[in-house]
Amino acid sequence: MITTIEPGLFTTIQDQGRWGFQAYGMPISGAMDRYASQVANLLVGNCLDAAVLEMTGSGGTFKFDEEQTVAVCGGDMQGLINHTPISNWSAFTVPKRGVLRFNAVSRGYRMYLAVRGGFDVSVVLGSRSTCTPVKIGGHEGRVLRQGDVLHVGQDVERTIQIGKLSSTYIPQYGKEVQLRVLLGPQDVMFGSAVLDTFFGSSYKVTKQSDRTGYRLKGPKIKHLGNADIISEAVWLGAIQIPADGMPFIMTADHQTTRGYAKVGSVIRGDLPKLVQTKPGDSIRFRCCTEEEAIKALQDEQDRYKKIISACKKE
Amino acid sequence: MSESIKNEISDAKILPFGESAILIEFGKGIDPEIHSRVKVFTEDLDLNPLPAMIEYVSAFSSVTIFYNPMKVRKMQKDVPEEKSLLTFEIVAAMVREKLCKLERGADYTPRIVEIPVCYGEEFGPDLQYVAECNKLTVDEVIHIHSHGEYLVYMIGFAPGFPYLGGMSETIATPRRQSPRMSIPAGSVGIAGMQTGVYPIATPGGWQLIGNTPVELFRLQDNPPTLLQSGDRIRFYPISRKEYEEYKGGRS
Repeated sequence: MITTIEPGLFTTIQDQGRWGFQAYGMPISGAMDRYASQVANLLVGNCLDAAVLEMTGSGGTFKFDEEQTVAVCGGDMQGLINHTPISNWSAFTVPKRGVLRFNAVSRGYRMYLAVRGGFDVSVVLGSRSTCTPVKIGGHEGRVLRQGDVLHVGQDVERTIQIGKLSSTYIPQYGKEVQLRVLLGPQDVMFGSAVLDTFFGSSYKVTKQSDRTGYRLKGPKIKHLGNADIISEAVWLGAIQIPADGMPFIMTADHQTTRGYAKVGSVIRGDLPKLVQTKPGDSIRFRCCTEEEAIKALQDEQDRYKKIISACKKE
Repeated sequence: MSESIKNEISDAKILPFGESAILIEFGKGIDPEIHSRVKVFTEDLDLNPLPAMIEYVSAFSSVTIFYNPMKVRKMQKDVPEEKSLLTFEIVAAMVREKLCKLERGADYTPRIVEIPVCYGEEFGPDLQYVAECNKLTVDEVIHIHSHGEYLVYMIGFAPGFPYLGGMSETIATPRRQSPRMSIPAGSVGIAGMQTGVYPIATPGGWQLIGNTPVELFRLQDNPPTLLQSGDRIRFYPISRKEYEEYKGGRS
């Protein structure tokens, strides 16, 4: 078992999400950064969907009863095993009675800790993900607290060779990111001059951003008419423009339906970049084609395949 | 309203929503006629899901289908590149084909769900206010609220939360000036022209008139909610004793 000595700022158990229940008002949840969480699983030989720990802003401290193979990917929280620094985007062994400690994030924002076998919590509506707004899934439907005990599951898929990921597959996190956007479905509710402003300006990530969405601040995006629409489904990456004209991008724990016009969507391939930004970072948008969006997804799939073969035990 | 009379189900507007979702609009407005097309379409989707579909969300006047674009691309891997279509175009064509097959003016048979409500007491701290606001007695408010038939337009906001249509204007009441920090699960309330039931405890500014012992969000069931889009619901009054028995009987 693994005991939480210090939980960190906002630490939850997440897998790749609770699919199939949006029609009933259930958020998808799951790891905010799909790429980092899945790579962490691959580095320890887990299936992609195994449950990992997601830590935001500042990480926690964990004591291991038994020797375990773990991997750390995503934002750099400068982890230490018994005071020895570990490198980010790598797998390693935590010895019996070892203590794994993380600090405040230095680059990126969200860090993923995978353990070989995955974290074992009850599956709720098909997923182990924590959905804190609904208080279900993960560890008692909430963020980890001091003293919480976690168990290791059996979501292992292959034998692996422990090591560091090749730098080819490691994203560089900066304070300014560019996100590709597909227009629609309500882009017609905005004039072309306003769309030029949207694509030509820089927006700051505000402190009001969390797992439900990223609220940005910058030049106002004014609607031609009314800001509201009759409520309809929203979706990961959808960029809503409420009446105040400030973009609000939907992420993992978003509500299933909303009544604001959506100028466009951040392509799925760029969502990992979005969720590694922290309050104060800047975002620019670039209009792209569907072809580009799908190529980004294809490239991501190819990377997973290459990582799998790179970690294979000789 | 005029649009709903003119339009047919096959006139629905199809729009792209990112690279992995598609929005189908059956009209613009909160109208039982438009919503019945939403329901006819989703009943067909339940029986014959689109290839590569992950799930869908139905709303007041639209349906959004989420799909796996990589699977859609594979469906046309034998098509020469110059003839290949956008993923959106392929999915839109499948949706269009489905819409054309649906009968003109088709309808669906709604489920009727009856929901017991203990009106007033500590469950309905605003019942008296709703009565005064509308120059009615408390009993008249209960009578009007429990004699309506309500349409579940959609589930959203929170798991199992129904957006209901059909409340009588005679009991319409503005929201509270200061919202409550927490409204208990099961609360039945009124906000403007709307009535609703809260599946989980949440903050809110609705005027509370009662509480139902029935659970609207049920993790152990599939589907996990009592209500679904297209249901017709009726509220019926129960006494405090019946409320306690209902709660006791379940645990």
